[in-house]
Amino acid sequence: MKRWIPLLVFAILVGFFAKGLLLNPREVPSPFIGKPAPAFTLPLVGNANASFSPADMKGKVWLLNVWAPWCVSCRQEHGVLMELARSQPVPIVGLNWKDKEREAAQLLAEHGSPYVAVPDDLTGKTGIDYGVTGTPETYVVDKAGIIRMKHIGPISPEVWKEKFEPKLKELGA
Amino acid sequence: MIPELGHFALIVALLLALTQAILPLIGAQRGNLTLMSVARPAAQGQFVFVAIAFGCLAWSFLHNDFSVENVARNSFSQLPEIYRFTATWGSHEGSMLLWALILGFWTTSVSVFSRHLPDDMVARVIGIMGLISTGFLAFLLTTSNPFLRLLPAAADGRDMNPLLQDPGMVIHPPMLYMGYVGFSVAFAFAIAALLSGRLDAAWARWSRPWTTVAWAFLTLGIALGSWWAYNELGWGGWWFWDPTENASFMPWIAGTALIHSLAVTEKRGAFKAWTVLLALTAFSLSLLGTFLVRSGVLSSVHAFATDPARGAFILGFLVVVIGGSLALFAWRAPKMLTGGRFTWFSREALLLANNVVLLAALGSVLLGTLYPLLLDALGMGKISVGPPYFNAVFVPLMAPALFLMGVGPLARWKEASLPDMVSRLKWALAISVATGLLLPLTLKGFNPWAALGFTLSMWILLTVLIGFRERLKNSGRIGNLPRAFWGMQLAHLGLAWGVAGITLVANYQEERDVRMNVGDHTQLAGYTFTFQGTTERVGPNYRAAKGTVEVSRDGKKLFVLHPEKRVYNASGMPMTEAAIHPNFFRDVYVALGEPLDDQAKTWAVRLFHKPFINWLWIGALFMVAGGFLAASDRRYRIAVKATAPAGAAVQGA
Repeated sequence: MKRWIPLLVFAILVGFFAKGLLLNPREVPSPFIGKPAPAFTLPLVGNANASFSPADMKGKVWLLNVWAPWCVSCRQEHGVLMELARSQPVPIVGLNWKDKEREAAQLLAEHGSPYVAVPDDLTGKTGIDYGVTGTPETYVVDKAGIIRMKHIGPISPEVWKEKFEPKLKELGA
Repeated sequence: MIPELGHFALIVALLLALTQAILPLIGAQRGNLTLMSVARPAAQGQFVFVAIAFGCLAWSFLHNDFSVENVARNSFSQLPEIYRFTATWGSHEGSMLLWALILGFWTTSVSVFSRHLPDDMVARVIGIMGLISTGFLAFLLTTSNPFLRLLPAAADGRDMNPLLQDPGMVIHPPMLYMGYVGFSVAFAFAIAALLSGRLDAAWARWSRPWTTVAWAFLTLGIALGSWWAYNELGWGGWWFWDPTENASFMPWIAGTALIHSLAVTEKRGAFKAWTVLLALTAFSLSLLGTFLVRSGVLSSVHAFATDPARGAFILGFLVVVIGGSLALFAWRAPKMLTGGRFTWFSREALLLANNVVLLAALGSVLLGTLYPLLLDALGMGKISVGPPYFNAVFVPLMAPALFLMGVGPLARWKEASLPDMVSRLKWALAISVATGLLLPLTLKGFNPWAALGFTLSMWILLTVLIGFRERLKNSGRIGNLPRAFWGMQLAHLGLAWGVAGITLVANYQEERDVRMNVGDHTQLAGYTFTFQGTTERVGPNYRAAKGTVEVSRDGKKLFVLHPEKRVYNASGMPMTEAAIHPNFFRDVYVALGEPLDDQAKTWAVRLFHKPFINWLWIGALFMVAGGFLAASDRRYRIAVKATAPAGAAVQGA
């Protein structure tokens, strides 16, 4: 029977390869999907007396866009976000992450703000609560305050069309 | 017109490959000489037509024919000419065409250098290789046609991946494929032997030079790939245990085991089944590597665009080729009689032990490479397996292999005497261990890994010298030693040299990531680095910030390095071009990170001091030279001629 072992090992491998062809190795799921968006209360950029908390958005489908003034790819997606802010399919909250140089207010004043609110996460602690791996990252939060999707990297028009639009439709935004 | 000509040539090549596969195999089975004689001309014709197709694709690239989709995707009008040529195989389609071309080259080589082999053996070998060609040509034509037109034509191309625009990439893929595909010859010989039932010493002798040459090319290809990664990726590393690297490394390990196992089968008639299985394994792993890289089942830094249809085709092909050959092996295995008895302490036993260790190492690499896929397929989550796993598992497995490497060549066939070996080797062992224990103390204090590496390198060096001394005692003049012996010793010495280099660079390299403003100084490994700012430079198809870093020691200016940060015009991709000052003892390596202010005055700069890293590639070159030298031994030519008149050549040595 020994002589059949190589063939048997190969057959098992083929089974795995066939299954593997149907999987996408690049998709890394976030453990936060399906869980309530972690609560926080942070002061707003440009108006430290006011604050923002995810609870404020109850009843709405909204996006939490994690960005930073020092992040180059965030500038890339800025145009797309501005376009979205004009057509208003969904409100966008911009979490200003680790802005140690305090540049966000000036930058948004210069280039325009696509956000309904810009909470200021100076220490980066809120970002850690959300499992942020790098900027930009965008979370889709549903009406009940549950995270439904996470996108890593800048939002391009294609990504918006293929990834966000179907999800938002499903959530009834 | 030219691309259509290429497409047509590819179709003709497929038809010729089918002819080359079917007629000679039928002929060999029926003993029909007319059908068998089709093998050589069909194989040579197939090669000519694949070469025409390849030439047409290269022509389209060199002439910037952006109406060809493959050219538009992978080339650019501003791309320098040499890279426009190498872009021919820079894409998935092109590299598969290169695969087919090199397979045709190997088949044609077999058809030319096989005059002394029995006709049915030649017909079977060429027929099997024709089957493989058929698979690859069909794959090209159905899922990966490089000649597809783009209507309307693109105004300009999207440029070749900037990572591939490096001198190392010009010859790395062809060399690597020469190795990968070269194992198809040993594979075809093994299948032919299984089909004919003539598994004897003559079969092993025929396979040996082909296997050794393929192995030498693969060694060269892997070394060039490592050298490229070191130069181009800007991380200062030379091996990343990336799936693509593993895909080339696994056939190399299997090929190394095969070379040694073939030696035993030829000289002693032992390990027949084992040798056949290794020959099947080496080429199967080449095919498997192709599947893993091309199908996108594993994500990798080098991965090409993925397409499920391609993955499904290659998987089907794997099932036919590997599954078929393993089934044939299982069916024919009882016919393989074991010959040549030996005791537990003999050259055979030592080579077998080495083979087992190599296969264990191979298994560990295979497991690490496939583990993420296995878990994902079982729905157990996404993980990635990185260098910590491979270093923890692979390095300890290689240590016994390197130790045995010193003993094996000095042991006698059949039965060696342990007390005799001990008395011959005790001084070598003592010196090696002393070197391992003491040398690290002169560097930066004791370190077990460094001690192990130095001991093993010294051990191999000394045993190689003992091997020369003992052979010279018997045969007198150094010129009388056969090339096979020289080749083995050179390759072993090369490995020792490489291991010494790896040990030194892995344990004693220094690096710093620093923020540097114009005029800033930084110290590393006794050198003083002065950043003198960057200037704009316009390249053929990119713009670069060219940095100037002056390196001095003890106040004396030594040399100036110019690392670059490039942005490629067509793709907008940024690229790090490290600047390296090499010499025999160390590399000084500087890479530019990101500019840290708007005026690009302050940069993140990465500095490395890499002691003895070039020993790695020098060692690899010795191994390559050893392989070619061993394969050119006159024994292979004379010995096979002597068996030719006898026709079947049934006798063992």
